[in-house]
Amino acid sequence: MHAEVRPVDSAGSEPGQSDQAGRGEAPPVLALSHAAKSFGAVRALTDGSVELRAGEVHALLGENGAGKSTLVKILAGVHQPDSGTLTVGGRAVTLHGPAAAREAGLAVIYQEPTLFPDLTVAENMFVGRQPLASAGLLKGGRRIDRRAMQRDAAAVFARLGVPLDPARPARGLSIADQQVVEIGKALSLDARVIVMDEPTAALSAAEVDRLFEVVRTLQAQGAAVLFISHRLEEVFAICSRVTVMRDGGHVLTSDLAGLTAQDLVRAMVGRELAERPPEAAGAEPGEPVLAVRRLTREGVFTDVSLTVRAGEIVALAGLVGSGRSEVARAVFGIDRYDAGQVTVHGQRLKRASPVSAMAAGIGFVPEDRRQQGLVMDMSVQQNVALASLGALRRGGLIRASAERAMATDWAARLKIKYGRLTDPVSMLSGGNQQKVVLAKWLGRRPRVLIVDEPTRGIDVGTKAEVHHLLTDLARDGVGILMISSELPEVLGVSDRILVMREGALVAEFTHADASEEAVMSAAMGQAAGGAE
Amino acid sequence: MSTATVAGSGQRADRGGGAGLAERVFRIRESGIVAVLIVFVAVTTAVRPRFLDAANIQFVLVDTATFALLALGQTMVVISRNVDLSVGSVVGLSAYLSATLFADHPGIPIPVVFLAGLGIGLACGIANGVMVAAGRVPSLVVTLATLYIIRGIDILIVGGNEVDASSLPNAFIDIPKDTVAGIPVIAIAVAVVVALGAYYLRSYRSGRDLYAIGSNPPAARLAGVPVGRRVFTAFAVSGAVAGVAGVLWASQYPTINSTAGNGYELQVVSAVVVGGVAIFGGSGTAAGAALGALLLTTINSALYVLGISSFWDQAIWGFLLLVAIALDQAITERLTSALRKINTGKINTGERGTRHA
Amino acid sequence: MPDLTDRLRPALRWESGLAAVVILILIIGSAASPQFLTGNNLFNLGLTNGEIAIMTLPMTLIVISGEIDLSVASILGMSSALLGYLWSKGWPMPAIFVFVGVVGLAAGAVNGLLVTRLRLPSLAVTIGTLALYRGIATIVLGPNTVSSFPAGYTNLGINAVPFTGNDMTWSTLIFLVGALIFGVVLHATPLGRSVYAMGASAEAAQFAGIRVKRIKTGLFMLSGLVCALAGVLWTFRLDTAVQNNGLGLELSVVAIVLLAGVSIFGGKGSVIGVVLAVLAFAGIQNALLLTNFNQEATGIVTGALLLASVFLPTVFLPQAVRLVRRLGRLRLLAGPATAGQPRQP
Repeated sequence: MHAEVRPVDSAGSEPGQSDQAGRGEAPPVLALSHAAKSFGAVRALTDGSVELRAGEVHALLGENGAGKSTLVKILAGVHQPDSGTLTVGGRAVTLHGPAAAREAGLAVIYQEPTLFPDLTVAENMFVGRQPLASAGLLKGGRRIDRRAMQRDAAAVFARLGVPLDPARPARGLSIADQQVVEIGKALSLDARVIVMDEPTAALSAAEVDRLFEVVRTLQAQGAAVLFISHRLEEVFAICSRVTVMRDGGHVLTSDLAGLTAQDLVRAMVGRELAERPPEAAGAEPGEPVLAVRRLTREGVFTDVSLTVRAGEIVALAGLVGSGRSEVARAVFGIDRYDAGQVTVHGQRLKRASPVSAMAAGIGFVPEDRRQQGLVMDMSVQQNVALASLGALRRGGLIRASAERAMATDWAARLKIKYGRLTDPVSMLSGGNQQKVVLAKWLGRRPRVLIVDEPTRGIDVGTKAEVHHLLTDLARDGVGILMISSELPEVLGVSDRILVMREGALVAEFTHADASEEAVMSAAMGQAAGGAE
Repeated sequence: MSTATVAGSGQRADRGGGAGLAERVFRIRESGIVAVLIVFVAVTTAVRPRFLDAANIQFVLVDTATFALLALGQTMVVISRNVDLSVGSVVGLSAYLSATLFADHPGIPIPVVFLAGLGIGLACGIANGVMVAAGRVPSLVVTLATLYIIRGIDILIVGGNEVDASSLPNAFIDIPKDTVAGIPVIAIAVAVVVALGAYYLRSYRSGRDLYAIGSNPPAARLAGVPVGRRVFTAFAVSGAVAGVAGVLWASQYPTINSTAGNGYELQVVSAVVVGGVAIFGGSGTAAGAALGALLLTTINSALYVLGISSFWDQAIWGFLLLVAIALDQAITERLTSALRKINTGKINTGERGTRHA
Repeated sequence: MPDLTDRLRPALRWESGLAAVVILILIIGSAASPQFLTGNNLFNLGLTNGEIAIMTLPMTLIVISGEIDLSVASILGMSSALLGYLWSKGWPMPAIFVFVGVVGLAAGAVNGLLVTRLRLPSLAVTIGTLALYRGIATIVLGPNTVSSFPAGYTNLGINAVPFTGNDMTWSTLIFLVGALIFGVVLHATPLGRSVYAMGASAEAAQFAGIRVKRIKTGLFMLSGLVCALAGVLWTFRLDTAVQNNGLGLELSVVAIVLLAGVSIFGGKGSVIGVVLAVLAFAGIQNALLLTNFNQEATGIVTGALLLASVFLPTVFLPQAVRLVRRLGRLRLLAGPATAGQPRQP
């Protein structure tokens, strides 16, 4: 009943020891023991160990840099461990590549599934192994049996309980549906182990529910699911056991019953962390800095009006797809809008002009760090300077010394960890990359800062740093509009909470009268509280 | 475009909507080419009825045949998100070498010469394929380089010489004129080859692999598709058909010198794109590409017959190419928008920025 | 704090290899023929390659920005045809210059707008405009040839620039000045940095407030204008305006730019590399000419160099870097330690 939880200072418990001794269960479907992997001088994994049993959903937790993605890549066959053993179904295996992993019954669903947009859903599922007709028109080769392919794909979706049309092109599928196709593919390959790497990061609450249904179906069919997530509430909802990693090594494996979120966070971070993000400064907000009046874009959002005052943090909550990012992008000028206006300090902004927005003092930290927030091939220094090129200019030329000084200064202020300023920014961890994006905008001393999912995919430690940064900025008089899908973040950091649903603003709460239930209900349009 | 997607309209459940939509779009695109073709033929015939008499039709079909053969090879390459710019040079080299074979070895059987041409083209294609597949280097650069190298070799071999049609055996020169039931033999042969190619691309695993590679190259690798092997094969085929096309070329033109085939590659790529093959790969059909070749040759002939100087020819097919790609872009965008609205269940998933397929 | 490994890194870049190739060509060339390094020969080099060299400059910016322009030779041909046609109709030359310049800008604008407003791939678009503009040249001039331009202008094509001895053609001068200007703009101005950024990630550049569409359209228009200029120079040099002037030249221009180490994917490259590549290209052609090699077959060497430009960086550079790192670890190349630890992605 009560799980064994070793204190974190010890060497950590071995996987398998959390078993009640003598339960006499079947051998684990998968067991990775003491895997280590280095890339040159970087020791990405020092002691990777995890053990999965048939029919369980097992959580894998750890901060960024803890070694989770390396472990996953080993299971996917992309990397071979330098040492350690991997056994599948009781037999030791070496996976020489993704094909070997597939054959061993291991499947990995990545956070952003990559399908073939021009091929149909059925073809996506069966790429490279489409069912063949029995008689061949040309000797020596058999043609594809399209009807069988459709039938087989439809059967898989029926097993999963999701009504996807196998004949439609994969183009335009939502992330949630793309994941279902990937899961269907894994099922059709008779996968015994399915690894899900941050599957819920881009899903709405309803889609998460559906995903959990699918996971339960997989469980019932005897597959083992390794579930990686930063969202502890989900982990407690769907998983039965957990393995925690830290700094490349295994820390603990335990049943989840009897553990609290605090225990897990402590194991991941190794130190006490405040349960909630720091409370908002609580000082009296000043003049309105950003005023959005009746902003409308046909088919996307309607009649959105909001105000952000100096020193205030306004959170914009809502389900995925409610139009929040679209509104933010329209305010900043990346997207157009059909009606309404945006004013900063009383001065009206030109439509669809990021230059105009920036000149008025708006900074925008976008949702997608890698594609929108940073130029991955450019150096840390160049990325920090990218929005301030005009200011760094003298006589038409960029002053290299000023650029270097700016980068060094902000890196120190935000405590960014990097090798050299001239390293490509792609070498930094996710949390540090996000800090570079912030540095880029803070370097312009914005009056208004719009941040879209500021702590997505970032480890717990850096998350706290970012929250502190936002509250400090507010204290300095910056008006902040924060889009977030993480309710603790929304409730903890903001002074006011606006809720959007299906393109319109439906509710407003002050910090005092907000609660997770109230916000969620407004977001879902239900009287009762919905699932988180 | 639907405006009622906000506020509670929900989503259409995915019950055949997406597939039907895609089918319809595909039909429209293909019939578009046919429509333009018909318009050209109709207008030209109205002005000059002799456009549609047997001799002229045969002429157009023979001209198209060589072109369509090249288009088939290029289609396979382009579908996989590559391009083969060396085909013009290969045609030139093969044309000269096969003509020289005839001139230097009178009495050599014609099929042997065809095989020789195929062999030359295949060798060039293999060279391309190895470099692109093994080196993982952009095919634009590689085939631009081989365009130069092969052309250079051709010039070295040809020097200032040229081969005259009179040195070629009559049986060979008559090939373009041979007909069966009024249809040129060459056209029938090429049509069969194109049909086989189309069948292969549609119904065989390795053919479908090319589409996967063009649609999402890293995903194809991850999925275990043997990318290197498939791309190599596509280039080998492209080279081989270019070699055969070179021999056909030699049978049609009165003199063959070092300029044979110059500039062909861009015309072939244009025909293929006009025919519906996306320049970045992943979609398109061999039949469409052949139609594109037919269209371009028809326009050429139509201008000639109408007495419009052939100087308008380039301008017109340049314009058509621009229209084709603009149209394809618009169609893809509309299709993607429409497909996004067709999702499972009543989940309001909406847009998610850059992450959609 | 750069250590020796850092300082050596630039030396291992493609441009250094290219410089070595140029020196090699100089050595081989002068060994093969005593006339290779004469002023007279340099002059001839400038004559035959001047226009191509000039066209590589805007092409470099376009490729770095992530696009390509295959219509350059057709714009050259179109401007040549217009020059000849208007001259034969009695227009005064200054007016013709203005008209041709405007047409060049317009041709570039068409390219730019199709790529930025209609979001069409530049490869396909410029294949189309390649045909379209060459077609316009053909329509304008037909099969005709216009010659006998006034000596004052044709001299621009064939005479040396005064005060530089007898060695520099006007086209060479324009190229060198242009290279200097383009080099400064690309490497040291916000505009140049923006071009690199949009080539590496057009979306991130947009989110940083860079006017991607405007800049790309501007680059295409600049290319159009420069190619129109090249067309004028070409016509004067040959004293002939005919529709097929410059036919096929776009491939040479692209080849030189790729040879310079500019990545076809965008985001990387330098003007120094382009200057070196022009020297290499011209030098090879010239060396082969002087040794009575069939000049048209110099394509073989161009092609081989082009292949080297893509294969060597994926083979040569990593090996060399590995070597330097190994030496560094042996402390043969001492230097202060670098700060911080790189985190794995």
